Amino acid sequence: MDELCTGLCKLMVESGADPGLAQFVSLLVGVLLVSGVPLLTVIILIWVERKVAARIQDRIGPNRVGPLGLMQTFADLLKLLGKEDITPSSADRVLYNAAPLISFASVVLIWVVVPFTPFHFGVDLEIGALYFVAIASLGTLAIMTAGWASNNKYALLGAFRVVALLVSYEVPLVFALLVPVMLAGSMSMLDIVNAQAGMWFVVLSPLAFAIFYISSQAETGRAPFDLIEAESELVAGFNIEYSGMKFGMFFAAEFLHVFTNGILMALLFFGGWMGPLYYESPLIAFAWLGLKGSLIYLTTLWLRNTVPRLRIDQIMAFNWKFLVPLSIVNLILLSAALKILQELGIAPRDMLSASFADVLPTTVVMLLINLVMVVYLLGILRKRGRDARRDARAGLQHPLAASAAGD
Amino acid sequence: MELNAVSIGFFVFSILTLGGALGVVTTRNLFQGTIWLMVSLFGVAGYFVLLSAPFLAAVQVLVYIGAIAILITFAVMLTRSVTRIKERYIRTIPSFLASLALFLALLFGITVPIFGDYPAELTPTEVMTTRDLGIALVEGNGYVLPFLLASVLLTAAMIGAIFIARDEDS
Repeated sequence: MDELCTGLCKLMVESGADPGLAQFVSLLVGVLLVSGVPLLTVIILIWVERKVAARIQDRIGPNRVGPLGLMQTFADLLKLLGKEDITPSSADRVLYNAAPLISFASVVLIWVVVPFTPFHFGVDLEIGALYFVAIASLGTLAIMTAGWASNNKYALLGAFRVVALLVSYEVPLVFALLVPVMLAGSMSMLDIVNAQAGMWFVVLSPLAFAIFYISSQAETGRAPFDLIEAESELVAGFNIEYSGMKFGMFFAAEFLHVFTNGILMALLFFGGWMGPLYYESPLIAFAWLGLKGSLIYLTTLWLRNTVPRLRIDQIMAFNWKFLVPLSIVNLILLSAALKILQELGIAPRDMLSASFADVLPTTVVMLLINLVMVVYLLGILRKRGRDARRDARAGLQHPLAASAAGD
Repeated sequence: MELNAVSIGFFVFSILTLGGALGVVTTRNLFQGTIWLMVSLFGVAGYFVLLSAPFLAAVQVLVYIGAIAILITFAVMLTRSVTRIKERYIRTIPSFLASLALFLALLFGITVPIFGDYPAELTPTEVMTTRDLGIALVEGNGYVLPFLLASVLLTAAMIGAIFIARDEDS
């Protein structure tokens, strides 16, 4: 009991409260914080996203409700809540209503293992990284359920495409996730961040970060992977029958998922709360994490508003013929290099207690391996592009070009 | 049994597992059956948490709910009629005998080690971590051979699936 009773709980016991009650209250506050912070963040995120999208597209964005349009989301929220809640008469009522809940829960539950500062986290699971993957896979279930329970062929077709996309991009995501786990020698999120005290993992393996970034962009269904909302092809995708706040739940889950991925990438690859003076105060540590996560989040918004949508066959070919082999080769090479370096005594056995000087030789080797791979990949891509262009010029229709032309 | 978090958890997860299993066999709707199956598998994941095996719990959710059950939903979509299944499985006697045999095997398999002549230790002396599990899988006198065999089997199955699914002419 004693080791569980720290922080607020300890304070309450010292001021004369019942230990059981104190523990319950402190746990309750923790649960409310972990689940409440993401919910409140969404409201701000929607405004941020709309503003950023507007600026990129040379518009002003929401600017009528409140200063700088800050109250716009609240107005939208009230509108969504006030809308008529329509359930199609032939829908599977229970599953139809459960799907938005599963969708949102699959994102909020990720925040359980997110450490905000070295001392403030929901729970430090021994299997934190694996927990994240397991919970994220529930999102697929929600989309499938929504598509089927709506009893609408567009919803079902949309769900099929999205589920195919999500299941496929989970593979490179997990392989990329294994790199920080391997480097830290632990799946605990807290350990992964602490292991980056010497060097951020993005420097050790920029390729793993790139793969993780691309796959998580696909997992959230954002451009160039926005098959979820391919209006021109699917009317609206799996959520076509949803209205009011049920649609709002899917919407909020997507927005929150993007930001969650930003925070996760900051934790896994950019040293989380590590930064100047982070040990001085938890607030500074939290600020560093928020800053890094927000910067990564902004780049995903930038990407979303800049690139066009890919076709489903292009997306699948890119994943299975490029990202998956690349992520596997990357993992094999890096793990072999790490083991060899450890046997030679160059790499530290335990990253958790390694300083910058300890990690430096490993970093140089890992970075070189990654650079060689990137140069080689760019060579392959250049050759493929050149071949495709030459074929197109010669009038020989490329198989993909032919299918695009509708032959 | 004293009432604590573990026993409450066991109770909840038992309801999930058994209720989900009951739902699978009683529903007339294949898709709902799949969802019930997921509920049941989720309950099993809860048992793993109670048994201090968080790794297995996460893998249970990831593999069974995230991958296998999703594949089952795909298969369900391809069946002739998803809802209002009319056909009933009528071979009652063979199924009765099979389930009776399974029940007896489980009954003896569970009760003999606990209440038999040589009762097994019910509470493990030390709780193994995920690290121990990983080491056991690659250690020479651990489970490296079964681990490798399973990996080869899965790879062979995957290559076989790709080979069957491939077009003849390409």
